[in-house]
Amino acid sequence: MRIFDPHIHMSSRTTDDYERMHAAGVRALVEPAFWLGQPRTSVGSFVDYFDGLVGWEPFRAAQFGIRHHCTMALNPKEAGDPRCRPVLELLPRYLEKDGVVAVGEVGYDSMTPEEDEVFAHQLALAVDHDLPVLVHTPHRDKAAGTRRSLDVVRESGIAPERVVIDHLNEVTVGLVADSGCWMGFSIYPDTKMDEDRMVAILREHGTERMLVNSAADWGRSDPLKTRRTGEAMLAGGFTDADVDQVLWHNPVAFYGQSGRLVLDVPGEPTDSGALFAGNSVLRGGRA
Amino acid sequence: MTHDEMTHDQTVARDGAREALLSALEPHLSPGAAGWLSEARERIAAAPEAAATALPAVGRRCGRGPLRAEGTGWDGWSVDDAARVVLLLELPCTGDALAARLTDLYRYGDAAERRGVLRALAVLDAELGDGALPLVHDALRTNDTRLVAAALGPYGGARLADHAWRQAVLKCVFVGVPLAVVDGLARRADAELARMMADYARERTAAGRDVPPDVAGFLDPPTAGTRSPESPESPDQKV
Repeated sequence: MRIFDPHIHMSSRTTDDYERMHAAGVRALVEPAFWLGQPRTSVGSFVDYFDGLVGWEPFRAAQFGIRHHCTMALNPKEAGDPRCRPVLELLPRYLEKDGVVAVGEVGYDSMTPEEDEVFAHQLALAVDHDLPVLVHTPHRDKAAGTRRSLDVVRESGIAPERVVIDHLNEVTVGLVADSGCWMGFSIYPDTKMDEDRMVAILREHGTERMLVNSAADWGRSDPLKTRRTGEAMLAGGFTDADVDQVLWHNPVAFYGQSGRLVLDVPGEPTDSGALFAGNSVLRGGRA
Repeated sequence: MTHDEMTHDQTVARDGAREALLSALEPHLSPGAAGWLSEARERIAAAPEAAATALPAVGRRCGRGPLRAEGTGWDGWSVDDAARVVLLLELPCTGDALAARLTDLYRYGDAAERRGVLRALAVLDAELGDGALPLVHDALRTNDTRLVAAALGPYGGARLADHAWRQAVLKCVFVGVPLAVVDGLARRADAELARMMADYARERTAAGRDVPPDVAGFLDPPTAGTRSPESPESPDQKV
């Protein structure tokens, strides 16, 4: 099974996770910029975080044979803090980076006027930088938040096929299916969505425009939930091709709209970096 | 370093390097990529701020494969390294202003852009003096082998103080950067570095671990080189 996890926060995970993910078939992933559990109080902490997303974390992932990409944004949970607002001025610089394949996570947490402004501003940035968008939907008041998110997306003028609305469930999936946006599902051990409910949703809504992710982070979560969903799909009568579409081709098609996905295998000769010198040495290839 | 005009020698150094790099790049670039590169050079020459958007786009525009350029001193360079250096050679400033510009590009660069800036330092050495040395120190503080290797090019090799340089060489052994990338190793290696390497070999042997072959050259009599390609040990991650 070949897996592309379209939403996973690897900065919070261990090297054991990378090893298990590779063994399970994960070869590529996207790490969206989000909050860290502990609220940040200055722009400097964002800069260091963003640097990690285009520096150390892709390097770490490559050592385990996994291609790392990211999305960047001022996330909804910190959008209301005036100390964090200047991050919006820095974003244009980071949105030009090679590994950045979308603007995200944007959207709502508490649906405040500040969140409205920051959301709309970042949708405009996505249009300017020709990038797709990853929209987080709120945990509280989710259906209203999803409807409002779809309204803001529509008003922004961005093409719906360049937007994924994430963390959907049985109640919100229909709204997004009708909008033309992509549908994202975070498969968690016991909240948001689980693999059997996911299979039922795929049966009802089909496999097109569907993205399945583990959203694993510093909370209780499981980076192998993508694999478990693939297994549940097979047990539920879906074909290998269906699984490959949902777990590989769909995320490649969605994030591929950035023109910046790199899907060769880290450490192989085609890779720029032979310069992942550590790998060459591990292979005994270069003295 | 406060002068704002390049000397004749400095202009000649930039021109020579640019010409050599462009000819090494030529077989790697499609007509579209070559066109983009030449346009980006003009943009940067006219307005140095343009480097902030051109540098991150180099990999996707020009490619990231290895640069075929044997015997040129660019061993281990990638196509995007060479293209970034070509762009940086267009920056219309020198001395402190050049160092400030490179510092900004490094500060807000991703790992590949940072490597590009480090690669450019050798050609610009005479213009920069020690002005870009903080970037070399920053790269050596990372555990990213691509940056550590690039930091030990000719600029770092010439300008790092003895203690910092020896620590950097030892760090290469720890993180698995081949010492072949260390510029001027034979020239700068001294008794203190040999002592550090011997202590390191003793520590590894005492722990029942193998001694990396690169350390062998420093030991007398040689006792290293025991690592077999079939059973490579992982480099240390925390140093």
